[in-house]
Amino acid sequence: MTREIAVVAFARTDHRRGADELSEVEMLMPVLHEVLDRTGLKTADIGFTCSGSCDYLAGRAFSFTLALDGVGAWPPISESHVEMDGAWALYEAWTKLLAGDADTALVYSYGKSTPGSVRDVLTRQLDPYYVAPLWPDSVALAALQAQALIDAGDTDEPALAAVAARSRGSRADAAPQGDYVVRPLRTGDCPPVVDGAAAVVLAAGDRARELCERPAWIRGIDHRIEAHALGVRDLTDSPSTRLAAERAGAFRRPVDTAELHAPFSSQEVVLRKALRLDDGVRVNPSGGALAANPVMAAGLVRIGEAAAGIHRGRSDRALAHATSGPCLQQNLVAVLEGDPR
Amino acid sequence: MSKEPVAVVGIGQTRHVAARRDVSIAGLVREAAQRALEDAELTWADVDAVVIGKAPDFFEGVMMPELYLADALGAVGKPMLRVHTAGSVGGSTALVAANLVAARVHGTVLTLAFEKQSESNAMWGLSLPIPFQQPLLAGAGGFFAPHVRAYMRRSGAPDTVGSLVAYKDRRNALRNPYAHLHEHDITLEKVQASPMLWDPIRYSETCPSSDGACAMVLTDRAGAARAPRPVAWMHGGAMRSEPTLFAGKDCVSPQAGKDCAADVYRQAGIADPRREIDAVEMYVPFSWYEPMWLENLGFADEGEGWKLTESGVTELDGDLPVDMSGGVLSTNPIGASGMIRFAEAALQVRGLAGEHQVEGARRVLGHAYGGGSQFFSMWLVGSEPPAS
Amino acid sequence: MPEVLEAPLVVEFPFTRSLGPVQSAFLTGLRERVVLGVRTGDGRILVPPVEYDPVTAEEIRDLVEVAPTGTVTTWAWNHAPRRGQPLDTPFAWALVRLDGADTALLHALDAPGPDAVRTGMRVRVRWAGERTGAVTDIACFEPYDGDPAQPSGHTGDFENPVTGIVAPARLDYTYSPGRAQTDYLHALSDRRMVGERCPSCRKVYVPPRGACPTCGVATSEQVDVGPRGTVTTFCIVNIKARNLDIEVPYVYAHIALDGADLALHGRIGGIPYDQVRMGLRVEPVWTEGARHPDHYRPTGEPDADYETYKELL
Repeated sequence: MTREIAVVAFARTDHRRGADELSEVEMLMPVLHEVLDRTGLKTADIGFTCSGSCDYLAGRAFSFTLALDGVGAWPPISESHVEMDGAWALYEAWTKLLAGDADTALVYSYGKSTPGSVRDVLTRQLDPYYVAPLWPDSVALAALQAQALIDAGDTDEPALAAVAARSRGSRADAAPQGDYVVRPLRTGDCPPVVDGAAAVVLAAGDRARELCERPAWIRGIDHRIEAHALGVRDLTDSPSTRLAAERAGAFRRPVDTAELHAPFSSQEVVLRKALRLDDGVRVNPSGGALAANPVMAAGLVRIGEAAAGIHRGRSDRALAHATSGPCLQQNLVAVLEGDPR
Repeated sequence: MSKEPVAVVGIGQTRHVAARRDVSIAGLVREAAQRALEDAELTWADVDAVVIGKAPDFFEGVMMPELYLADALGAVGKPMLRVHTAGSVGGSTALVAANLVAARVHGTVLTLAFEKQSESNAMWGLSLPIPFQQPLLAGAGGFFAPHVRAYMRRSGAPDTVGSLVAYKDRRNALRNPYAHLHEHDITLEKVQASPMLWDPIRYSETCPSSDGACAMVLTDRAGAARAPRPVAWMHGGAMRSEPTLFAGKDCVSPQAGKDCAADVYRQAGIADPRREIDAVEMYVPFSWYEPMWLENLGFADEGEGWKLTESGVTELDGDLPVDMSGGVLSTNPIGASGMIRFAEAALQVRGLAGEHQVEGARRVLGHAYGGGSQFFSMWLVGSEPPAS
Repeated sequence: MPEVLEAPLVVEFPFTRSLGPVQSAFLTGLRERVVLGVRTGDGRILVPPVEYDPVTAEEIRDLVEVAPTGTVTTWAWNHAPRRGQPLDTPFAWALVRLDGADTALLHALDAPGPDAVRTGMRVRVRWAGERTGAVTDIACFEPYDGDPAQPSGHTGDFENPVTGIVAPARLDYTYSPGRAQTDYLHALSDRRMVGERCPSCRKVYVPPRGACPTCGVATSEQVDVGPRGTVTTFCIVNIKARNLDIEVPYVYAHIALDGADLALHGRIGGIPYDQVRMGLRVEPVWTEGARHPDHYRPTGEPDADYETYKELL
């Protein structure tokens, strides 16, 4: 029988704009303390620690080594790091618990997007021979995807504005917000640039029940990647999201809540379609990445927010999604459930 | 529920050199991956997931290059993970991949690590200027040389031990067609006469800068049963980390390394590593780290490691051969170096190491470390399936 | 609290990229005003040509010339071009499927304004005046209402093929060292070395990093340390480090300042390099205008006993 594993605690920064006065570890540490406090665990009680971050955001190699200072890795800990969004760190930790190597895991991620120009930094993710030399920024690529959606009749500018307005807690029939950044995307369709950190505690079986009144059980989690070049993909669809969702069991029963990592309003349109979400599903009650998109942490935040909804009894079955790469190249889907109330 | 046993059924490496100017980054990783699949007699369609690792992205100037490499590694439509744990990353990557099999998430996983250092300059990548901070005063070797001096002071080891390691590893490399350095005219005198770069470390006691990739195909019991060639079984694997710098850190013999080894030995049922382990592929970027790690890994008592080196125990025909492949001292594509250690350990127990094969090697340790001697990853592989 | 420091951080390097055969042919072709695609096993033509089939993962090498004319499959209007982008006047980003190709190429499209661009419009390559074998040999696309151009059937064999490109990359950051380092740096300007004590284990860190790395808690209690200290270990540097104007040989040492629980790093001067030893007592030497001590020199005190600093090694 497969081991039951749950998210038992979640914490995140309040994602204010910029955290200039803080180093990465200074930004991260309170979040680590908060998530551990929620469970009463100390670093030494944790069976496995895994983090996600990216050197390119801060412009410094090995930046994750100093972030480890915030964990208090002494005596030495069983620990790993992915150069990916923290959602994939959670995936690695999940496999570790699944194998029975640990009963609890601390997962964290952080990103400071404000020191550099994240639009330009992300161009360094692109094919280094044919694409990166043209410096197409992340908004431009998302705008190409948005136009493809409009051409396909999947959305229009007012519909995109409605996504953005709902994410930011304003009226859903709001008019298009702001000027064009790269047309057809306006400032309202793009994520705010923020610094932030997030952390989650995972626990297996009875340990989860001890640590949390209503654990958010991970019923399934899977991730898939697509071809890299935009020109070989159908930008109006996300087959990798759909496949990951299938593998995670998302389509077996409806979810009540979905936390989607869609940094651009147009990407929520793609994801809703791929995940077959109807209007009965609460999408991004947290505000999603359009409210706060701490790069490298925003995906983990989606899982954490979905879990927190279950912890608080506001949700019984939730889907969480994380993405990476240009125009939703790589996607992760997790299905979380609470015990029946 | 017990874990699924993990077997190595395919291994591939590039011929490591200073600069592979004939291939793209994709071409480099592809070559290693293709060889690993050929060794396992599998196709791209047989792979369920890909786990890739490398050291800092600044080395190639590509942020999260796995996104661009998905096509070359047949990962499209599959899960792909990217690990980065500094110098230990090659080992950690293999362990993350192994865990996917052990947890029965996937049946067959391709794992790969690489570095194409010729795209930039390693010293640039390692020492990006940081405002307000004192510039790094000494380069990579200078970072480690004071720890070597501390080891010499503690152990009373004679000055010559470092040169013995370098001489041995460079001779071993001559038997390994994939090794970067092939110094056919190497002599101990030449090593000892090479310039002192960061006293007490000589030029010949340092690692080169290489382009290279290493890949392995890991699989479950069913996959191992279908394997066309002998397999290597994983008997234990662990990662341990401690902070970069902290009050009380033992830079000569870090606690994280001791704990990591102890965990691996516990999993593998090893009580006396010196007797029960047949050979070691150890991460030795500067020659003096061989005696230091011999102690850290429990093959010798504290202060005694250099005696094993000096008495020839770690030679290819010694009682505990170390770095039969020539080691990091002969080949260093940074992100791949750890995986090469793991893969070479597996080659030994499969009996497929060719001219650098240790006769009858049944249990071999693969070891990697990184950061400021703070991240450790190790695995122990055997020719027989694990007991439990 | 004093103002937090910040400074520009430029990460810049001209990366040297070797291409491999397929990319070499494509970029050499651009130099010669020839656009090449690659044929997959099932007969699709991919432009730009990739080395591995995105669907089957097979290696593909069968090069096919396609036309320099094509159709926009999607686009986005970029009214404010950014550094490094193909045009410095407003332009459209476009994915263009060239005539004869099954996939689209990303590049810039020069058009008078967004109203002049639509999906499905016909475009052609505008070649750069000087071409070196790079994707920028295509200056951009431009609107085109003629017939599809006819490729000449080039097979991708060229004289003097380009085998590599230089890809300069510059990213600009604003670096801030954070609260603890800022306090340390401010104290340095008064030539004081101020560490921070961990509230839990009581160890003193200098320079402070904002967190006690073993306890994982914030440090805040400031403690003056030094200025004198002990050389715990060292090496003699005989090769010039990059960007450092220091004559070799010199001694690079770990120095445990009095009152600190962790050694910091510094250069030793004022003594011949071959007379430096573990246990040597030293003090900082400051120079005008420099933020950090220039080096440390012997104090003349007797050497520290090994037992007093061996825990700091």
